[in-house]
Amino acid sequence: MKKLINSLIVLALVGTAISCSNSESGGKSNKGALASSAAEKVYVAPGEHDEFYAFMSGGYSGNLTVYGLPSGRMFKEIPVFSQFPTSGYGYSEETKPMLNTSFGFVPWDDAHHPDISQTNGELDGRWIFINGNNTPRIARISLTTFETEEIIEVPNSAGNHSSSFITENTEYVVAGTRFSVPIPQKDMPIKDYKSNFKGSLSFISVDPEHGHMDIKFQLMMPGFNYDLSHPGRDKSHGWFFFTTYNTEEANSLLEVNASQNDKDFIAAVNWKKIEEYVNNGGGTMMPANYAHNVYDESTHTATTTMKKEVLTVDPLKVPGAVYFLPTPKSPHGCDVDPSGQYIIGNGKLSADLTVHSFEKMIAAIEAEKFDGEAYGIPILKFEDVLAGTVKSGGLGPLHTEFDGKGNAYTTFFISSEVVKWKLGTWEVIDRKPTYYSVGHLMIPGGNSRKPFGKYVVAMNKITKDRYLPVGPEMEHSAQIYDISGEKMELIYDFPTHGEPHYAAGCPAELLKNNAKKIYRLDENKHPYAITSPDQAKVERKGNEVHIYMSTIRSHFTPDNIEGVKVGDKVYFHITNHEQDFDVPHGFSMIGQNSSELLIMPGQTKTNTWEPKKVGVWPFYCTDFCSALHQEMQGYIRVSPADSDIELSWSLGED
Amino acid sequence: MVDFSRLFLKLLNQSKMKNAGIIMIVGSLLLLGLFQFPLWTIMLGAPQYPEPLGMHIFVNGIRGVSEFDVQNINGLNHYIGMKVLPTADEMWEFQAFPKILIAIVSLGVIIGILMALKKISHNWALIWFVAMSILGILGMYDFNLWMYDYGTNLDPNAIMKLMDADGNPMTYKPPLFGFQKLLNFDVESLPNVGAYMMFVGMSLTVLAFFVGRKSATTT
Repeated sequence: MKKLINSLIVLALVGTAISCSNSESGGKSNKGALASSAAEKVYVAPGEHDEFYAFMSGGYSGNLTVYGLPSGRMFKEIPVFSQFPTSGYGYSEETKPMLNTSFGFVPWDDAHHPDISQTNGELDGRWIFINGNNTPRIARISLTTFETEEIIEVPNSAGNHSSSFITENTEYVVAGTRFSVPIPQKDMPIKDYKSNFKGSLSFISVDPEHGHMDIKFQLMMPGFNYDLSHPGRDKSHGWFFFTTYNTEEANSLLEVNASQNDKDFIAAVNWKKIEEYVNNGGGTMMPANYAHNVYDESTHTATTTMKKEVLTVDPLKVPGAVYFLPTPKSPHGCDVDPSGQYIIGNGKLSADLTVHSFEKMIAAIEAEKFDGEAYGIPILKFEDVLAGTVKSGGLGPLHTEFDGKGNAYTTFFISSEVVKWKLGTWEVIDRKPTYYSVGHLMIPGGNSRKPFGKYVVAMNKITKDRYLPVGPEMEHSAQIYDISGEKMELIYDFPTHGEPHYAAGCPAELLKNNAKKIYRLDENKHPYAITSPDQAKVERKGNEVHIYMSTIRSHFTPDNIEGVKVGDKVYFHITNHEQDFDVPHGFSMIGQNSSELLIMPGQTKTNTWEPKKVGVWPFYCTDFCSALHQEMQGYIRVSPADSDIELSWSLGED
Repeated sequence: MVDFSRLFLKLLNQSKMKNAGIIMIVGSLLLLGLFQFPLWTIMLGAPQYPEPLGMHIFVNGIRGVSEFDVQNINGLNHYIGMKVLPTADEMWEFQAFPKILIAIVSLGVIIGILMALKKISHNWALIWFVAMSILGILGMYDFNLWMYDYGTNLDPNAIMKLMDADGNPMTYKPPLFGFQKLLNFDVESLPNVGAYMMFVGMSLTVLAFFVGRKSATTT
């Protein structure tokens, strides 16, 4: 017995020695190997839910993807600016209007910066907004259905990049132009850019009840490139800050010619002042032409309204509304800390970060300490507004987020790292590599008064060898770091869809209990909906054939249709009569020059088919809806154009 | 229950017959809970129904535990040829039971009042209880018959015609009480608040009988 105890003691001592040497070999980590298991931190057991939602923009996919943190699992791709054959978005008659613009139907865009609606500077989980960069548009997505509900085109804009950021009570979603252009557009020599082009900053009001967007005013700024922006918050609420580059106003070889000035500007816009000016009748109404597309959940249908004018504001007509803060080296990200005190300019061609003080800015404005002007807009003195400089030792700072505990986290594109630094003292606390060339980063709520500083996600531009090779083209990579301690800890690495430029995250609790499970059939106001299978019918209007069809496990009503002719245009109006969670039905017709439809319970969607060949042609359900899914099919008899066969339809008759 | 009734008897030693009448009235009235709360609840869980489907059986009809549960149960049952769940006007029971219940509750209240006024014997409480028990057992028997029909009287053209281990056609009668596995579903059939209120109410009528008898023997 004694022997056994002795040997146990020896074993225990050996164990201690091993664990000590382990923690030493763990490098900078001061925790034991078990306590800091990265696998445990990201492991979400089967059936368990993630702690956070993360909404990652899809960049050139045009869409928005929904992930869980910390697992990095993707839950959904929400179609926004791009046609999405999976659900029929942008193909169905109901959703085609969502992609209308003044340039016609534009089935794609470059989706960049999502931002969740806020109340009193905190995430409220009602909607998420995102910008289309290429053909300037702003979309609003419902966070109960996780579907795009509204898209408004932004006129007088080009490269809608300093968008879509919202003010702290979701008063406005703001969209700034990256490329300045002639306003109004006209035929003129490109080389006459300088002092002739303008950059518009659009303040789009958001209806507090329905979220509907309307351009309240466009501020007509000098022809710089407005790169990124963020709202003031708390003490700086009422202001908006935009980084600029190309204050040189070069129109060619910008990589050289727009990098000559030692300092560009952060434009500080007092939107409350301009709002007051506009409310008192200020501004100039200008003819315009832009699309406003609204999806109605009760009719399951979008409509397009072309708007014909927009209110423009000349900043010089509103004294005290706009100032320029000199900021070194073509600043990219423009970030405001949770208290609203610090405005961070991430000078992308520099090693350092410039932090401006809101209070100093106000003091300098009140003392009228100006250092000249640009196109009549006062320039403040750099030294007067500077709060501090973060000497990071990194290269190419792009974006900064905050943890709500007095720390900031900045990405460095060129040196491929995330740097943690302290607000106020500007000292660097930690730095960790990213893989590779990180663009944006995201802390849930990190762009609000109340961040949830547990994880930061770095979104990288370059993937290279991070995953199994799949040829030259691959998904981008993201890394999750645990930031709950003093030092950051890389805990996970996962691929993202498209090219995420920025993301927005929030606690799962904010959304998960409000997520819709079905659409109520008794609230379906679609003009072609049928609420009972006995209403199923087929109607002819000239060469248009309208089929009012319903689905329920596991049949279509009707499933045999005759009397369709070559040259007809057949509309399938399909209502899913299921009222059970996660029982969609699909629909596809052979030879259809379109996509399938995926119809959620209680929903109606419409698709068209122009039969070109005589014969008997099948359609079927594309979603494995039940054990009898394979039986969920039907036939349409297509007769010659001059046939006199009458329309008829049936289900279950011989 | 025994301790409770002893305490009760002790406290109410003074005017026992009056109290017996009041207990009878309260006991009868508790049966009205059946109009508000389900008598029985059958829950159906399955791998693809992590939130189980369920039906509440009320004296006046069947309602889903969640709004669309009845529709979804019907949808699933059509595969195995079960009939759709009857609506309130499709089963005579849902018309008759509420009327019978009102009648018996009224009768109980009248008995209670007359007992309190010492116009009738405490034996009436027991007579009421026995009558109610017989009706209750008949009701359960009828309910079980319906469930038997519901689970066995299947559409001959059912999509899935399954055989049990002995090679006989599968039947799908839900259990009257307790748990049963039916294909992929875990079926649990248990009394609900209405039944518990009925149980407590009927127990009180028995108590009324004993309280009344005590008063008869002590006076």
